[in-house]
Amino acid sequence: MMTLPWLDLPLVWGGLIAFAVLAYVVLDGFDLGTGILFAVERRTEDRAVMMNTIAPVWDGNETWLVLGGGGLFAVFPLAYAVIMPAFYPTIIGMLLALVFRGVAFEFRFRAVTARGRAAWEFAFLAGSTLAAFAQGLTLGGLLQGVRVVGGAYAGGWWDWLTGFTILCGIALVIGYALLGATWLVWRTEGDLQRRCRRHARALGAATLALIVVVSLWTPMLNPTFAHRWFGWPGILLTSPVPVLVVLLAWGFWLGLRHGHHVTPFLCALGWFALCYAGIAISLYPYIIPPGITFRDAAAPPESQAFLLVGAVVLVPIILAYIAYAYYVFRGKVQHGEGYH
Amino acid sequence: MPQAVTLARAQFAFTVAFHIVLPAFSIGLASYLAVLEGLWLRTGRQVYQDLFQYWVKVFALVFGMGVVSGVVMSYEFGTNWSAFADKAGPVVGPLMGYEVLTAFFLEAGFLGIMLFGLKRVGPGLHFLATCVVVLGTLISAFWILAVNSWMQTPQGFRVDAAGRFIPTDWLAVIFNPSFFYRLPHMVLAAYLSVAFFVGAVGAWHLLRDRGNVAARTMFSMAMWMATIVAPLQIVMGDMHGLNTLQYQPVKVAAMEGDWETSRAAPLVLFGWPETEARHTEFELAIPHLGSLILTHDWNGEVKGLEAFPPDQRPPVPVVFWAFRIMVALGFLMAGVGIASLILRRGGRLFHARRLQWLAVAMAPAGFVALLAGWVVTEVGRQPYTVFGHLRTDDSISPVAMPGVAVSLAAFAIVYFIVYGAGFAYLLALVRKPPVPAEPGPYAGVPMRTAGITPGPPAAETLGDAWPVEPRP
Ligand code: HDD
Ligand code: HEM
Ligand code: HEM
Repeated sequence: MMTLPWLDLPLVWGGLIAFAVLAYVVLDGFDLGTGILFAVERRTEDRAVMMNTIAPVWDGNETWLVLGGGGLFAVFPLAYAVIMPAFYPTIIGMLLALVFRGVAFEFRFRAVTARGRAAWEFAFLAGSTLAAFAQGLTLGGLLQGVRVVGGAYAGGWWDWLTGFTILCGIALVIGYALLGATWLVWRTEGDLQRRCRRHARALGAATLALIVVVSLWTPMLNPTFAHRWFGWPGILLTSPVPVLVVLLAWGFWLGLRHGHHVTPFLCALGWFALCYAGIAISLYPYIIPPGITFRDAAAPPESQAFLLVGAVVLVPIILAYIAYAYYVFRGKVQHGEGYH
Repeated sequence: MPQAVTLARAQFAFTVAFHIVLPAFSIGLASYLAVLEGLWLRTGRQVYQDLFQYWVKVFALVFGMGVVSGVVMSYEFGTNWSAFADKAGPVVGPLMGYEVLTAFFLEAGFLGIMLFGLKRVGPGLHFLATCVVVLGTLISAFWILAVNSWMQTPQGFRVDAAGRFIPTDWLAVIFNPSFFYRLPHMVLAAYLSVAFFVGAVGAWHLLRDRGNVAARTMFSMAMWMATIVAPLQIVMGDMHGLNTLQYQPVKVAAMEGDWETSRAAPLVLFGWPETEARHTEFELAIPHLGSLILTHDWNGEVKGLEAFPPDQRPPVPVVFWAFRIMVALGFLMAGVGIASLILRRGGRLFHARRLQWLAVAMAPAGFVALLAGWVVTEVGRQPYTVFGHLRTDDSISPVAMPGVAVSLAAFAIVYFIVYGAGFAYLLALVRKPPVPAEPGPYAGVPMRTAGITPGPPAAETLGDAWPVEPRP
């Protein structure tokens, strides 16, 4: 039985799962953000264009969520078995919201009456917003720690609902909306694009403010986090993070000011990647703070090695054909054009 | 927490039952679309392209619904069955991980091109994308049935001190004893389900306009599937049953409604299994036939339910009835296939109104049989999740009753709204007859190269003279 003894399997898998979740967050982030922006973009034609920018790719983007969850199940089953019951309400809420978001693409197009179309547009908006909020609640709940006894969730019903988790929920909704707005700056033109620039400016400022608040609050939740961030030598690793956030902010505003199409989107992605790195720094080596490290949660090496072989071969291939799919649908999406 | 277990099972059964129907639809319809597009590219006949455009709209709708129902499933293992996830995760998880890596990304990556990309990539690459999506659906079926078959006939593992299943031989895990029976039976079921749905739509439009060439074509194609695949499915089902007899005899006893072990086991056609009285009431049975079918021997021994301790028996009536529904529908389908074959002689197929009405009535037959088949399989596995090793009561999450009850209600409401609406849109799509120069799924996309498109002829002129077009 192959177990690859020379490899630190849990560490490799921890990195891969983290990558899958990050890929999910940024990719579905702009999808969900596009849906959230339906709150301020109310004209049917504009909404059609907005949906068209993501219609060919949303399914692939959501597949990273399946990989994140399925991967956790496969290689860190204990973490999966604790997180899912612990966040039962937020996970189920997210799934149901994603159901509405997912079917809205086809249903909106198939609806025969204007009322029907409006209803599915609302489902798209509400589903996107709720999914983002539920993800934020889950993330916040994980950061604030999960009570585990004997390898099973032992907390209460409402542990996931605190001031901190609500803040994280709002932050994720705003952050996703920012990704959506900058994505639309890239993929649309004319009036819609101009308005999205304006949205991006406001959302960028709000996101930055929320990043600051969450970053200051997180270390207060847990002394380990605080030590990691402000103690020595952790600060060597952590101090570049805020510096880079500021640099990206500079690029973001210059890009918007000078009418760049892609720069704002890339800078927003950069913010997400940095925040994500910040969370990883705080959590390591825990997968579920305060008690379960990624090594405790690891599946036996037989399982991790078996799936790793496939992942090493397949993930590069997947990235290649996904890039091709994005390439096929490159360019600005116009009013009344093409795919619905 | 017996209550929470019951509700968690109800919720899982409810969501997975929705899920199974939609991917089965996707599996069958994807293959059908690839055949249509291949025929179109080969022959250049317009009717194939029209049928492709007609059914691809249905496919887009069904696929979207299938995806969201599947995402729910992949998290429900943790929310509802976290003890199962923790213990069996090391074996089951990697298989599902492979499903994501080899199938879901493949489908998702090429689905966009299949639905929206004809104009952008041209017919050749578009056909390739369609074929890749088909491949994705079949690979998906491969892995998920490996998982399910392992739960029925587990092997290739050991159990460690903490009660976790540790894989020792992956090939044995994947190619477990029931896998090669379950996989083809399932794929054929998906094909049959779609064939009967397509056939019903074709028949419906033939009943209103006998001359509609596209309706004729789809009806005829569907009837060929019924003629060939339905008997194949019966043979496959028989083999599957023999396999089950070998590895899960208690399930077969429940399917047959046999309480006592016997060397002349009857074939029970109908009856009312009484769990308390351990007896099947109102039995209508053919002596010896049960032994003959199950052992292929007139006096073969068939174990009855009494041979197993009561706490290892599944709920008998559910299994018993679901099995009868599936088998009855299987034979009915084969009957329709044979009837259509007879009517083809002399070209009576498109005039046989009684057959066409029957085909319309059988639109859901495949899906009903498929669901019934899953109930036999899954309920028949009870009271275990991993047969013989892990009991359902020990698989449950530490989530208390109210939580499961609320989420079950939320699932029921959301699914009925969403899938109810989806079903209505689906019916609206297939109620419209297929027309020449069928528009693509997304209005505004010129789905074919410009210049050679005749305007749609008026309905009366539709006859056998459907325009034959050169290859694009
Ligand atoms: C169109 C659908 C369809 C049709 C017509 C049939 N089946 Fe079936 N059957 C299924 C769809 C299905 C299924 C949904 O695909 C199942 C559930 C799980 C599986 O592997 O296949 C199944 C399971 C299943 C099992 C349970 C095996 C187990 O879990 O151990 C048996 C014994 C049969 N079938 C036998 C038959 C026979 C003898 C049929 C002939 C008339 C038949 N099936 C027709
Ligand atoms: C209970 C176990 C199951 C789980 C957890 C599960 C999970 C999923 C998920 C997450 C998706 C969406 C993939 C995407 O994002 O594209 C999906 C789709 C799919 N599933 Fe399942 N599935 C299960 C059972 C089955 C079964 C029994 C079959 C059939 C043999 C099946 C066949 C498919 C197919 C073909 C698709 C792609 C087509 C579609 O989405 O309609 N699944 N499944
Ligand atoms: C997609 C087609 C499937 C259908 C229609 C189906 C149907 C069902 C049904 C009806 C039950 C409830 C049994 C009862 O309450 O007695 C059940 C339970 C269950 N099934 Fe399936 N199933 C499917 C696929 C799968 C697959 C592929 C897996 C494994 C990966 C799976 C794992 C389970 C588990 C863990 C339970 C809960 C425990 C139990 O009650 O047996 N199912 N399923």
